[in-house]
Amino acid sequence: MIGTGILKGMAVTARNFVGSYFEKERLITVQYPEERSPLPENYRNFPFLIYDTEDAEAGLRCVACKICEKECPPQCIYIVKSEDKKPDYMGKPQFYPKIFDIDISVCMSCQICVEVCPFEAIKMDKVFELSTRERFDALRQGKDELSKSNTYYHSIHPIEAAEVDAKLAEAAAKKKPAAAPAAPTAGTSKSTPPSGS
Amino acid sequence: MSLGFQELEAAERPPTIMTSRLEGELLEVSMGPQHPSTHGVFRMNVALDGEIVRKLKPVFGYLHRNHEKIGENTSYLGSMPYTDRLDYFCSMTNNWAYALSVEKLAGIEVPERAEYLRVILAELTRLQNHASLLGFLLSDMGAWGTPLMYAFREREKILDLFESLSGSRMMCDYMRFGGCRVDASPEWLARAKEVVNRFPKFLDEFENLIVENEILIARTQNVGKLSPGLAISAGITGPMLRACGVNYDIRKVDGYGYYPRFKFRIPLGEHGDTYDRLMMRALEMRESIAILNQAFEQIPAGPVMNPKVKIRAFKPPVGEAYGRIEAPKGELGFYLISDGSSNPYRYRVRPPSFINLTILEDLCLGHTVADVMVILGSVDIVMGEVDR
Repeated sequence: MIGTGILKGMAVTARNFVGSYFEKERLITVQYPEERSPLPENYRNFPFLIYDTEDAEAGLRCVACKICEKECPPQCIYIVKSEDKKPDYMGKPQFYPKIFDIDISVCMSCQICVEVCPFEAIKMDKVFELSTRERFDALRQGKDELSKSNTYYHSIHPIEAAEVDAKLAEAAAKKKPAAAPAAPTAGTSKSTPPSGS
Repeated sequence: MSLGFQELEAAERPPTIMTSRLEGELLEVSMGPQHPSTHGVFRMNVALDGEIVRKLKPVFGYLHRNHEKIGENTSYLGSMPYTDRLDYFCSMTNNWAYALSVEKLAGIEVPERAEYLRVILAELTRLQNHASLLGFLLSDMGAWGTPLMYAFREREKILDLFESLSGSRMMCDYMRFGGCRVDASPEWLARAKEVVNRFPKFLDEFENLIVENEILIARTQNVGKLSPGLAISAGITGPMLRACGVNYDIRKVDGYGYYPRFKFRIPLGEHGDTYDRLMMRALEMRESIAILNQAFEQIPAGPVMNPKVKIRAFKPPVGEAYGRIEAPKGELGFYLISDGSSNPYRYRVRPPSFINLTILEDLCLGHTVADVMVILGSVDIVMGEVDR
C-alpha cells in the first residue's frame, strides 16, 4: 500500500523525538562554559616547551637543536640559538633557545615536532581557549608563554608523561654507569610518580 | 552569469547562437560555488530547457591548495598531516593510502598489530563516511536536518573514538610509514567494540527511515543511471562503480593490509541509479561491521611501529611506487617518485571523488535541476579532495 514506507519513517522520527526527552544517551548537550566534557588523554592542540625544576629559564629541556623547526610541515616554529652555553637541569652545559616562537595561527597541531624531538622537550598542550582580539602578535607565542613545567605535563597527559620520565631516567642512568646500580629503571607499564629531576 | 559557460564552450557554440537561444529555449544557470547542496565550493554551469538539464559543466578549483606541490617540498613525514586535509571526512584512510605507498617505495614491513589497527580504523572511517553520506543525501532531497542529525549522532561516537586514540577528531594524523603512531589501549578496543555492536541498531533504524519511503524511491529510482561500460571507461571506482554491478573492490583485488584474512562480501547493485548507490552504502556498512567484529577477535598483541624505521631524516631509495586502497569513496592512490632525497620528486594523488565527479554531466542529462542535487549527493564528494 502506498504510504506505508512514509509511515514507517514517521514512526522512527516519532520514537527519536520522544526519546530525546528522557533517554540518557540522547541528552548529551553540555552547557559549555559552565560544564565541560572531559578531554581524552591523547587530545592534542598546540605544542609547549617543558622545563624541569622550578625555574622556567634554567630548567628548559630545549637545547635549540632546531630539528623541530626544520621538520615542522607548515614552518610555524622560529628558533634563535644562543651564543653561549649554560648548565641545563642536569648541570651539563648546553645551548638554549634565545628566541623560541610558535605562530599558533599557522600551527596545524600535527604533533610532528613532538615526535622528532630527541630531548623530550616539546609536547602537546590541551588548552584550546586561545582566542584573542588581535590577529598578529597575540597569536605568536614566545618562549615565556610556551614554557610549562613537567608537573603541568603530568597533569594533562599522565600516562604519556610517566613513560617519558621513565625513558629519561633510563637514559640518565645509562650515561652515568658509575653512579650506583642506577635507580629502579621504572616499570614501563606502571605509572611512576613524577620525579623532580 | 553565462560568461564562464561560454568560455568553456566557445569552440562548440558561437556566442551568437547562445544569445538567440536564450530568448526562449536554453537558460544558463551557474549553480554554486556558494550553494548549500553542492557539498562545498563546487560550481556547475547548467544549461536548462525549462527544468530539464541539457548541458552541465562542473567547475573545480575553488579550494585548490597546492597539495601536490606542497608534498614535493616537504619531507615524507611532513606530508602525512597534509593528507588528513584531502578528504577530511576520512583522514584515517588517507593516512593509510599515503603510508602504504611510502612503505612500498622503501620496502618497509608493518607489524601485525598495526595492520589490524589500520583495518579497524579504516572500517570505522567507512562507517562514519557512509552514515554521514546517507544523511547528506536525504538532506539534499529535502528531508532537511533530521536524518542528517541521526547520522551525525553515530558519526560523533566514531569521531570520539578517533579523538581518544589519535588526539584529534578529524585531523587524525595517526598512521606512520612502518606502523601507527600510538598503540590502542584495551579500554579503547572495548569502547570501539561497543560502538560497533550498537551500530546495526542505528542501521536498522535508518533503513526503516529510508528504504521503503515512497518519496525517496520516486526521487532516486531511475535517476542518474550509469551504465557499467561508461563507468569503467571513465575510471569510476568505489561504491559508485559497484552500484552498476561491476565487482571491483580493491580490498579484494589487491588484498592490501590484512584484508585477505577477513570474510566479507562485496555488495553489488543492478541498475546503477541513485537508489542503488544509496543502498550500496547501507549494505557496505553491514559488511564493514562484519570485518570489524572479526578484527576485534583476531587482533594480536605486539608493537605497533616497525623499530627499524626512522621517521626523522627519512630517505627512501631511488624508485617509484603507487599505493592504493579502497577508501570509502573509491580508489585512493598515492604515486610517489623518489630521487633519493628527503622530499619526493613527484607526489601525485589519485583522488576518488574527483574522478567520480567528472562523469556528472552524463548522469544528469535529461533530468530536472532538483535531481542534479540528488545525483551530486549520491556521487559522494568532498571538495577538499576534488580540488586538493
